Amino acid sequence: MSETDSAGNGPMVEARGVVRTFRRGRTAVPVLRGLDLRIADGEFLSLMGPSGSGKSTLLNLVAGLDRPNEGEVVVGGAPIHRLSERRLAAWRARNIGFVFQFSNLLAGLTAEKNVALPLLLTSFSGAERKRRVAIALEIVGLSDRARHRPRELSGGEQQRVGIARALVNDPALLVCDEPTGDLDRKTSGEILDLLAALNREQGKTILMVTHDPEAAARGSRTLHMLDGQLSATAEAEAVVA
Amino acid sequence: MTSLTLIGAALRRRKTRTFLTFSSVVFAFLLFGLLSMIQSAFSMGVEIANEDRLVVRHRVSLFQMLPQSYEADMERVPGVVDAVHMTWFGGVYQDPANFFMQSPVEPAEFLDMYPEFQLSDEAKERWISTRDGAIVGRATAERFGWEVGDRIPIQPTIWTLAGRPETDAWEFEIVGIYSVSVEGGDETQMLFRYDYFDEARSFGRGQVGWFAVRVADPEQAAAVAAAIDETFRNSAAETKSEPEGAFAAGFANQVGNIGLIVTGILGAVFFTILLVAGNTMAQSVRERVGEIGLMKAIGFTGARVQRLILLESVTLVTTAGFLGMLLAVVAGRGMSAALSAYLPGLALRPEDMLLGLGLAVLTGLVVGIFPARRAMRLRTAFALRRL
Ligand SMILES: Nc1ncnc2c1ncn2[C@@H]1O[C@H](COP(=O)(O)OP(=O)(O)OP(=O)(O)O)[C@@H](O)[C@H]1O
Ligand SMILES: [Mg+2]
Repeated sequence: MSETDSAGNGPMVEARGVVRTFRRGRTAVPVLRGLDLRIADGEFLSLMGPSGSGKSTLLNLVAGLDRPNEGEVVVGGAPIHRLSERRLAAWRARNIGFVFQFSNLLAGLTAEKNVALPLLLTSFSGAERKRRVAIALEIVGLSDRARHRPRELSGGEQQRVGIARALVNDPALLVCDEPTGDLDRKTSGEILDLLAALNREQGKTILMVTHDPEAAARGSRTLHMLDGQLSATAEAEAVVA
Repeated sequence: MTSLTLIGAALRRRKTRTFLTFSSVVFAFLLFGLLSMIQSAFSMGVEIANEDRLVVRHRVSLFQMLPQSYEADMERVPGVVDAVHMTWFGGVYQDPANFFMQSPVEPAEFLDMYPEFQLSDEAKERWISTRDGAIVGRATAERFGWEVGDRIPIQPTIWTLAGRPETDAWEFEIVGIYSVSVEGGDETQMLFRYDYFDEARSFGRGQVGWFAVRVADPEQAAAVAAAIDETFRNSAAETKSEPEGAFAAGFANQVGNIGLIVTGILGAVFFTILLVAGNTMAQSVRERVGEIGLMKAIGFTGARVQRLILLESVTLVTTAGFLGMLLAVVAGRGMSAALSAYLPGLALRPEDMLLGLGLAVLTGLVVGIFPARRAMRLRTAFALRRL
């Protein structure tokens, strides 16, 4: 699939000339050295690559968790590389849904309260919050577990609660960093089904980092990262492996 | 769901640990409350002290005697209106645990000097006409069930009876029961006649413990005190004159420097609390690195996370502190009855309660600030990657 045919409204993500260098003591570690990336609105992009190649670094930049040393990152039309920490935080709350390898649910809160967490940062009424939480739990198929605490849920169910939490503010872009990294094959399949459905039925744009080629294949396109460079084929990775 | 839900959830995360920390803070503030009450009971004498009264005692210490003849000398010092003397009797009623203060006084003069001591006119008459008559404070009379007309034996510890075996007890007839008209006044004393005491004691005739002196002008109290001390300079018994409040404070200090002990104990307790609660908060934040990283990822600002954690620690310490002080109030009620002889009025003063609450909030902030800053600075990407 080409990157322009998914939706007509222009790209969801447009990164140009992105440089990200970390300092480790005195030495500078260049991770991304002038990288370009375009994700069309409505796309489900899988990102693969060896450990340490910079996948999470790129995902964090796209999600506004980090800022590039050089280059531009425009997401949904917003030049987020120019936003202050404070504005970035507010921007993330409204525009990005996060799914990580571990759902990091707050242990003391029930599933529904965990899902409601991002709503604390909004001014929705109590009724609207309830409605949104109910819908998000419905989408991930956990309406009947709303009152359960994380430790009463399986790993896959916890991850679903995490996805419901990512959906509750209705963001256009979901970033998923190894969302199935901690799950068995069957459960992984269910989570990937859920993500694919969100992409297909809710029109969510998804950027997913994964090590699993089968998982990657669920996306509409796969990019490979090696030494801070992106390519459309797996050749580069094959050489390393 | 509000920020309070988050704080509640955080504290319920490890119930046992929170409970243990909470309990230790409760105990710390229980101790704070009790010690404050004891300290304020001791300093009560200082606060109700009268501005126009001086206390004159031996320069070396409270326990050295002065000649009774000083009274007349003092009354000649310009600015002095009146002087009366008192003497520590230190007798025992039945059991040393039944402590209350006794002193020989000149009845009419004493009651003039201390108008807050309320005694009926008949009682006063009886006292003046009964050589071995004594008046006693309402608290002590109630404590032992004494009534007017009772004869009370008091075993001497210092002042044995002349010409009698050392073990013989003094005997006084209760002629009246006094009350004190000011808040926190001491209603535990037993006062009897100096003329009877002086004639019957086996030694030390003409010697008294200390003097109370009324000055004409409170503004001039310090100058009059200096003039009195000057009068007796280079005599066999030099004096030290102070305003009544200073004397009461000095007396409390002789009893065992309560203030310093209280401060010392509280210092140690609060240091321990800082360690215990500080460790709890630090550990709790360390365990929650992933959760906090996630909260920051989804849009909680560093400042907001810092506030939440500070609020968490302030909530923990302040609710525990409040509960501790409530327990102190309850315990104080119980102890008040048992200790009424030693300490008139054992109650937690509102200002001490406020001080305690302030201390609790401050402790919560100190305990929470480092973990809260740590959480604020936590790099989101890092926090989520490591797990
Ligand atoms: N905050 C940071 N400070 C210093 N170095 C960092 C930081 N974040 C990432 N790096 C380094 O940048 C490189 C890329 O890290 P990144 O997490 O993007 O890799 P990755 O492709 O996601 O790997 P993995 O598959 O193991 O998750 C690594 O060498 C990593 O150590
Ligand atoms: Mg990674």
